[in-house]
Amino acid sequence: MIRDPKDLKRYEPKERANHWVVGISFILLALSGLAFFHPAFFPLTQLFGGPTWARIIHPYLGVLMALSFLGLFIRFKHLNKMTPADKEWLAKAKNMVDGNDHDMPEQGKYNGGQKVMFWALAVCMLLMTVSGLFIWRAWFGFDITLVRLGAVVHAAAGAVMIALIMVHVYAAIWVKGTIRAMWYGTVTRAWAKQHHRGWYRQVTGK
Amino acid sequence: MALQSLDIKQRSATTTPSTHVRETIEIAKLIDVSACIGCKACQVACSEWNDIRDEVGNCHGVYDNPMDLSAKSWTVMRYTEVEQNNKLEWLIRKDGCMHCADPGCLKACPAPGAIIQYSNGIVDFHQENCIGCGYCVTGCPFNVPRISKEDSKAYKCSLCSDRVAVNQAPACAKACPTGAIQFGSKEDMKDYAAKRVTDLKERGYDQAGLYDPQGVGGTHVMYVLHHADKPNLYAGLPENPSISPLVSLWKGFAKPLATLALAGVALGSLFHYVTKGPNEVSKEIEDEIEAEDKEEAK
Repeated sequence: MIRDPKDLKRYEPKERANHWVVGISFILLALSGLAFFHPAFFPLTQLFGGPTWARIIHPYLGVLMALSFLGLFIRFKHLNKMTPADKEWLAKAKNMVDGNDHDMPEQGKYNGGQKVMFWALAVCMLLMTVSGLFIWRAWFGFDITLVRLGAVVHAAAGAVMIALIMVHVYAAIWVKGTIRAMWYGTVTRAWAKQHHRGWYRQVTGK
Repeated sequence: MALQSLDIKQRSATTTPSTHVRETIEIAKLIDVSACIGCKACQVACSEWNDIRDEVGNCHGVYDNPMDLSAKSWTVMRYTEVEQNNKLEWLIRKDGCMHCADPGCLKACPAPGAIIQYSNGIVDFHQENCIGCGYCVTGCPFNVPRISKEDSKAYKCSLCSDRVAVNQAPACAKACPTGAIQFGSKEDMKDYAAKRVTDLKERGYDQAGLYDPQGVGGTHVMYVLHHADKPNLYAGLPENPSISPLVSLWKGFAKPLATLALAGVALGSLFHYVTKGPNEVSKEIEDEIEAEDKEEAK
């Protein structure tokens, strides 16, 4: 079934590869970052060859994620403009979460929730990058107030970002037939018609 | 590094009680700025006892040498020329770790056991546990810790914790030729300071006083100042130091709450799946598509 020639192409190989670079760097960053966030997570530093290595590697992974995220941002920015239909979708999101998606307004390639996720992650990524540079002592020596502010913002935006990504990943697990788009780029026509009817009409002409 | 292991009051990044079955008396070093002649014997003694030699620097045209604390200079004399009461005054302050009762460095440190506070009040860095992140620098209200360029570990005055552990005074106090550096129990040092302050007041320094800032819970390095109302005169000694509210927010109650919130999101997702079930493509739509395909095949 996976290779049904009538499946719809949702992502190009380049887009998938880009997403995976962001995903892998995010997971490594979250694991090493949590270790410095609270002592309960400190043992996670062992995954990186010890605490000092975790401290050394973390910011370089951050640079990788910032650059690869910028790639995703440029690729998908134009598809994430908010429309009135998105706002309607968001107003009814509670029904969706409760498992009833019959009354949801027709959605394009991305629904309102996905668009909110996109912009929230973009804001977090920007905050993480700037605050991360403030506290990267191996290369920079900013004014102490900026460093302190950077530490607070980095921790706060990091926690928010981890929560957002948990929701992002869970949504993909929850909505069956979604994860294959990330692996090999295609979705079934039925999936598209149910979840993104506007996009389905656009690509099939129906 | 130190020898004590049973009298630990606090340990960085540790959420359970540390070994504290043995209680020692609180100690303090008292630096009587009014009696200091700026000879730098304390700097040399520090370097000697700890057996660390900083690089020989350059003359900057002032007495300060080296110009700042470093990973290899744990104490430096800071010289300031000021005019007070229409007189030129040469204020000389021995700078270094203040050994706060509420240490910002320890609060900020993410590495378990890299910073230890003993029940005697000494705040000690255990470099073998240090990961070199510099959070201690971020947390310190006195700008004291320095990260070594050689090994990326944090260094500062240990108040000679190794000497104090065996009932010896810190090397700087031992070397001071004028008695400007006194060492003993915190109580005794306060009493001694009170006498010095009385003496200074008799000599016309109306604002003489003890510097033991309560914003950081008091310190285990204290100063007798002739102008206790203006600590800033002494090379920028902070007037009312405390742990920055940003650091308190960063390392305070927000983190356990955020940790719980993250656990909540993860568990919430799991239970959402279990209670609401997956969001499958409906049979209806699949049938529609199938019907369309059959239509086309005809």
